[in-house]
Amino acid sequence: MTTGAATDKTTTTKRATIRSVRMGLESGTVQAATLAAEHYDRIALANPELNCYLALSRDRAMAQAEQIDALAAKGDPLPTLAGVPVGVKDVLAMRGAPATAGSKILEGYLPPYDATVVARLEAAGAVLLGKLNCDEFAMGSSNENSAYGPVRNPVALDRVPGGSSGGSAAAVAADLAVASLGTDTGGSIRQPAAFCGVVGVLPTYGRVSRYGLIAFASSLDRVGPFATDVRDAATVLEVLAGEDAADATSSDRPVDGYVAALDRPLAGLRVGVPDEYLGEGLDPEIRSAVERVLDGLRAAGCEVKGVSLPHTRYAVPTYYVLATAEASSNLSRFDGVRFGLRAEQAKTLGTMFRETREEGFGAEVKRRILLGTYVLSAGYYDAYYRKAQQVRTLITRDFLEAFREVDAMVTPMTPTPPFRLGEKVDDPVSMYLADIYTVAASLAGICGMSVPAGVTAAGLPIGVQVLGRHFDEATMLRVGLAVEGL
Amino acid sequence: MAELASLELTADEVPRMQRDLNAILGHIAELNQLDTTGVPAMAQVGEMLGGSANTEGGELRTDAIRPSIDRAAVMREAPETDGRFFKVPKVIER
Repeated sequence: MTTGAATDKTTTTKRATIRSVRMGLESGTVQAATLAAEHYDRIALANPELNCYLALSRDRAMAQAEQIDALAAKGDPLPTLAGVPVGVKDVLAMRGAPATAGSKILEGYLPPYDATVVARLEAAGAVLLGKLNCDEFAMGSSNENSAYGPVRNPVALDRVPGGSSGGSAAAVAADLAVASLGTDTGGSIRQPAAFCGVVGVLPTYGRVSRYGLIAFASSLDRVGPFATDVRDAATVLEVLAGEDAADATSSDRPVDGYVAALDRPLAGLRVGVPDEYLGEGLDPEIRSAVERVLDGLRAAGCEVKGVSLPHTRYAVPTYYVLATAEASSNLSRFDGVRFGLRAEQAKTLGTMFRETREEGFGAEVKRRILLGTYVLSAGYYDAYYRKAQQVRTLITRDFLEAFREVDAMVTPMTPTPPFRLGEKVDDPVSMYLADIYTVAASLAGICGMSVPAGVTAAGLPIGVQVLGRHFDEATMLRVGLAVEGL
Repeated sequence: MAELASLELTADEVPRMQRDLNAILGHIAELNQLDTTGVPAMAQVGEMLGGSANTEGGELRTDAIRPSIDRAAVMREAPETDGRFFKVPKVIER
């Protein structure tokens, strides 16, 4: 590690996992309130540099921790995430805590309700530490689009943590939370997980409720967990997953036992490697990490075979048409009427809308709203929006076809290791092209995850992506566990 | 386009946005290389999986009265309100 400082000075003991917290509570060696207070102490030290947390919910966290300690003291059975300190990406509603979505337009907004995922975490015993920084409205790959300043990568402070869930990834990497929630529309969980060296899971579209999520692109947005290892990620996912009456897009399929599935043997699984993901532009150290992982899976008894996803090169342009179109529609609700910022000097409704949005939105958000408005406008709708919807069908068919031959896939997560802060801010196309390995799975709705697979010679984290069939998180997590152990 | 999107751009934002959008649209033009004649348009994932609408999250919930968030709590977040309605500047521009 060349520049990693933040973690060294803040970590004194071996860091907690969901298992260690639980064992500690059961044996009386860990108190949830002490653990939460220790996290707040570390946040106070590290956050001025890392900028992970935008707001802390200390009262709510300490009240929950004390309840968990009371349960443990009585010897009552403890819920799954009892006493586990978690952070929540700032695009999710947490009652009474600010929800800015990284935007000035929502400054001061305190949602009067909890997102379903937040309520589920707390009902499972988790201690909600606070809200985590992200790119404005989850639009970005570097966390540099937050109106509240960029997050730094805790492994290398001159590097970006990835985005848009940069704060969520960095908080787990820096031991400022045991687990966290992020959202992924085109890679926003998986890419920062890879950049920060933690595990990040994109569940299948429809697997986890989005009630209480500030929408970016509704046919793509998903909520998922970050954790330090695959077993913890599986544990959190099991708490989050399942139908929610408040989200019509959530699926009523039964939820598999993800943690139990981890112990099933791996031998005989067929693992595909899409040829299109190993082409030009892939960093050689990341390529060797993927090859090392594939050798390891072969040695563990998997059948590793090449597969083809022929429409891969069209995924980035398809994504940027569809995501921006949906964003232009979703973000029309930020108009200064019901919540957040209002331009006070405006004399009429129309100027109030425009001035509020001019003051409240940052450059990337405006860029995407403009692009989305353009591709939906009369005369361009068929050429751009409808065309992209058709290509989305082709991209999804590629995956359905390939998943007849294999049970999971392994690919690079990012074309390069984390880049430097400021390196790509003036070049949106180059920033978008960095999403090449993430957006196809987003469009197809399949599940995916990033698993740490070593570091570069310079000490920068490398992530490997595991992809699974629709609603087959169990197999994906099993392969992820094997990758982690290599 | 900015007017359609209810956005106002500052004088220095205009050339930058034009440059960026042209670059992005140039990249998006690659989609025209593909012949998509007869390919159905896909709006969301459930429709590709062949399950029942409900299994794939495509079915709306029953239209029944359920408790909702307290109005006072919602109105507290509004920039301007009389407690029952949202207040806005003059609607008709002359």
